[in-house]
Amino acid sequence: MDMKVSKKLGLKERYTMMTRDLAWDTTFQPMDKVFPQVGYEGIKIHDWNAWEDPFRLTMDAYWKYQAEKERKLYAILDAFNQNNGHLSVTDARYINVLKLFLGSTPPLELMAARGFSMVARQMVGAGPRVACMMQSVDEYRHFQTQIHSISNYNRFYNGLDEFAHQQSRMWYLSDGKSFFDDAITAGPFEFMVAIGFAFEYVLTNILFVPFISGAAYNGDMAAMTVGFSAQSDEARHMTLGLECIKFMLEQDPDNLPIVQRWIDKWTWRGTRKLASVGMMMDYMLPKRIMSFKEAWEIYFEQNGTALFTDLARYGVKVPKCFDQTIEEKEHITHQSWIGFYMKPDATPFHTWMPQPEELDWLSEKYPNTFDTYYRPVYEHWIAQEKAGKRFNNKTQPMNCQVCVSTIKFNEPGDPMEMCFRETVYKGEKFHFCSDHCREIFEDEPEKYVQTFISSHAALQGKCEPEGTDVNAHDYRPGARMHAYWRMDKRASGDFNGSEDQKNFAKWRAQATQN
Amino acid sequence: MTLLKTLAPYDFPSSDAVENYAGRQLLYINWERHRMFSRPFVLALAPETLFGEIIDTHMTDCFSYHPDWAQIDWRAVRWLNGSRPVVLDRNKSLADNGIGHKDLIRLITPGLDGIAGSGY
Ligand SMILES: [Fe+2]
Ligand SMILES: [Fe+2]
Ligand SMILES: [Zn+2]
Repeated sequence: MDMKVSKKLGLKERYTMMTRDLAWDTTFQPMDKVFPQVGYEGIKIHDWNAWEDPFRLTMDAYWKYQAEKERKLYAILDAFNQNNGHLSVTDARYINVLKLFLGSTPPLELMAARGFSMVARQMVGAGPRVACMMQSVDEYRHFQTQIHSISNYNRFYNGLDEFAHQQSRMWYLSDGKSFFDDAITAGPFEFMVAIGFAFEYVLTNILFVPFISGAAYNGDMAAMTVGFSAQSDEARHMTLGLECIKFMLEQDPDNLPIVQRWIDKWTWRGTRKLASVGMMMDYMLPKRIMSFKEAWEIYFEQNGTALFTDLARYGVKVPKCFDQTIEEKEHITHQSWIGFYMKPDATPFHTWMPQPEELDWLSEKYPNTFDTYYRPVYEHWIAQEKAGKRFNNKTQPMNCQVCVSTIKFNEPGDPMEMCFRETVYKGEKFHFCSDHCREIFEDEPEKYVQTFISSHAALQGKCEPEGTDVNAHDYRPGARMHAYWRMDKRASGDFNGSEDQKNFAKWRAQATQN
Repeated sequence: MTLLKTLAPYDFPSSDAVENYAGRQLLYINWERHRMFSRPFVLALAPETLFGEIIDTHMTDCFSYHPDWAQIDWRAVRWLNGSRPVVLDRNKSLADNGIGHKDLIRLITPGLDGIAGSGY
């Protein structure tokens, strides 16, 4: 018997066989019934084959690359853990960065995984479907590796263990949750603009670069490696997001206004979400890499301008919020830190007042705003703290109906005034942090009237820990929020005097002295 | 007009409709140019609640941490409901003061601009 030895397939051939050749058009059911989601948003696609597959990666090659990354990552994590790497970070304040960042991000990675696997099912073309499937697996991997990274810290420090429970309940996690809930309940094309483009392409650098370099600079090799391992997937994610934008715009001129509205909406939503990342850079890293303002200038203003210059040939304009974000870069991190500092009982991480040299660093990095608006109140609080009167605002917050941030930003052009916007829909009043959020609401009010605002839900009696007797004579809705959140008391309050602070000092002394 | 597009009928109630508060209504309170408190706070109160009670308990509990609170000249204060100037009587109820569900009441204290005039 003659055996015909076939030549090894070329990359391109192999790719075609492993992706497009696996797809078929349905015949028992019409295609638009099998794929109803690609039509209802109003995006017109005439030729799915025109989708350019930006990275010709087959599934088998994908597994090989990713497995290699995982091997390296876990080797480093293991070594870090075995050598008590947590004691080599700059100081114990740094751990609070992990509590904030790694306590809020994994559930969002999981939502991204779910979103991309949904979109992978909803898209018609095999190219986008395979790419979305890979991204879904990537996001699932990020979710897992981040949890593995915090698990070691969780053995030593307080407040890391209830992030999954807190995700859909806790006031300050509501902005991220709402961001992904909004995206995943949109259609596949809007989801791609929201996550694939606005988040991955426009904003991911500002999320990851400060986190990774901040971790490295502060001696946290574990978080740094997890960050790098995730970041190496981001190149693919960005390419997918951009390709999807270009595909929509090339397919039909009627797509432009729809896509533009989504770009405006999601760039703004992403910007609001990143306020707390900026706060981490300016206030929480004991050794700072660059100010949020500097990062915004490099990664958003400069890169963004280049990107939108490139997209101008399709008629796309820079996002509507662009100018407002430039004004706000001088303010939002300070306003966010004030918002967290004044609520010491309500976060599973610690807050603190900057040390004198840190105040000077802020003055230097924010010459236009820091000394005028923010230093005086900090110096006041530092004096109060010394007098034993650390600030603790016991009240419950007012939140934006769209981005679910607490309403804490200034009126554009006037840093001394708060920015409030409202609208009435079906006889009910709704409040917003900005013109942009109000516009998002007014475009689709049916969606945003359902927003979960934890302080409101609490006042309705919907946030009670198990076993609460709602018929007791002294029952007050929302009075047991800490139990409902499963807040570890040791993890909240000021950093100074905390158990983490004491333990870290003790363990480090044991590790470095006799 | 809504831009929402859906594949199926889409009709869900508002999460914070007044019916959800068992006879009470939401009220937001802000003290202008005293941004130390970061954001307004929210209360759920019966519409019969006297406005003066809100000042004497809820606002005082929260805002008296600020050194300006003791300096307020209550004859000179002004109020806004959202962006609309309003006259509020401390001896009248929320309802009689025309304050409805989810109204935002803003206190303006002329001459007091926060710590070192910073607005905080
Ligand atoms: Fe990710
Ligand atoms: Fe990603
Ligand atoms: Zn908002």
